Amino acid sequence: MRAEPHYTLYHPRWYRRRVSVWWWLQKRSYTAFVLREVTSVFVAFFAVLSLWQLRALAQGPEAYGQFLARLRTPGLLTLDAIAFLFVLYHTITWFNLTPKAMVVRLSGKRVPDWVVVALNYAAWVVVSAVLAWALLRR
Amino acid sequence: MASTVALTVARYRPEQESVPTWQTYEIPFREDWVVLDALNHIKDHLDGSLAFRWSCRMGVCGSCGMKVNGTPKLTCASFLSEHLPGPISVEPLDYFPVVRDLVVDLHDFVQKLKRVKPWVIRNEERPPSDGEYLQTPEQLDTYKQFSMCINCMLCYSACPIYGLEPGFIGPAAIALAQRYNMDSRDQGSSQRLKVVSEHDGIWQCTFVGECTKVCPKHVDPAGAIQQYKLTAATHWVKSLVLPWGTR
Amino acid sequence: MERATPLLWLLFSAGGTVAAFLFPIHLFLTGLAVPLGWVEAPRYDFLHRLVTHPVVRLYLFVLISLPLFHWAHRFRYTLYDGLQLKHLTALIAVLCYGAALVGTAMAAYLLWTIS
Repeated sequence: MRAEPHYTLYHPRWYRRRVSVWWWLQKRSYTAFVLREVTSVFVAFFAVLSLWQLRALAQGPEAYGQFLARLRTPGLLTLDAIAFLFVLYHTITWFNLTPKAMVVRLSGKRVPDWVVVALNYAAWVVVSAVLAWALLRR
Repeated sequence: MASTVALTVARYRPEQESVPTWQTYEIPFREDWVVLDALNHIKDHLDGSLAFRWSCRMGVCGSCGMKVNGTPKLTCASFLSEHLPGPISVEPLDYFPVVRDLVVDLHDFVQKLKRVKPWVIRNEERPPSDGEYLQTPEQLDTYKQFSMCINCMLCYSACPIYGLEPGFIGPAAIALAQRYNMDSRDQGSSQRLKVVSEHDGIWQCTFVGECTKVCPKHVDPAGAIQQYKLTAATHWVKSLVLPWGTR
Repeated sequence: MERATPLLWLLFSAGGTVAAFLFPIHLFLTGLAVPLGWVEAPRYDFLHRLVTHPVVRLYLFVLISLPLFHWAHRFRYTLYDGLQLKHLTALIAVLCYGAALVGTAMAAYLLWTIS
């Protein structure tokens, strides 16, 4: 902006505010949104961890033992704990937003959002229980 | 109960300043007054130079959208009593160029609205002698929510993507496109799909959800956009699998 | 690139769904419960046998690949909007989806060859 405002008669001089790089810190809901987006990093982290686990499994019992030992180090434990929280946040936000994207209609009436959300959570609990049973069978 | 409340209003007079400034006014507090009443009080009794838009003062015209205490609101629907003890800040809507004081330029939105063809498109118009296009209550229900939009622009002002990407077609335009897509009388879905599938269309949206939060008519534009993404993606899959089946 | 967006969004959605349903329990068991001794670690032979089953191979491929595409799509937009790195938009897209492709290829290779 020039220091000396120059007004042309009848012609409006519009003011445009620049959006700050820190726009997402200016409102709680914006920050919550960015945190939700950042969960994707921890989703990728676990995908890579699983890839690593798979490779260790393929390489034999000693390699797999080393992988398990690595998981017990404080560094990875902390990282896993943080990742778990973010992954949980992903799950919660994902289920809460599902009914907005997928409108389910039964006999002409829209199924209420809370029903869709509840069904998602119920399925999640069942799937998690089944997986836990399958993996801990020894 | 306080007898007055302070209103801190953004002023921008291009003939005398190059950036907006603040001006504070002491308004008499009335239980039943909304922010618009306070602005009109300023205009009538305190400072006639204040520029702002308003019309119906009952939440159906969409003219009086402004930021009240940082949140986009219809000033005719924001009670002073909600914002006590004050001071209450009143600013023009974000992400639109400010013309003067609280007045913003809405050209951009109008252009985008026109692009999505917000009218019933027919391949062939039936003659009036054939009678009306009949529509059941269930058919109306599928798009009724999106038809409630009053073009107040609060959603654009709340959308950070619109702030970062001025080319983004925006929540209201897409919600209104959906309103017509889902109208059983309309046959223009493929035309609108072409428009909103462009770079600045639905795919720019990252589902922040702020638009739905501020919408005074509960249109849920965020929901409309996500549903539209699903429709567009389904259409894309169909066009791959059955290239002759899609129009 | 524009015409691929519906596909990328579908991958993002599928990956997000896979991650939402399956990641919490897997991460909890692998990253916390087993290393901290809250549950007994599955034996190597058991896991090895499990992984060679064709259905499990497919399951693990989906478990690893789709969430990587979910990350790629979401992270790309986060960098674009959050940090306003507009001038690098093409590079970011290539790096993100490229990384997801590499991870997918690695998973495919491992799951095809493990025996």
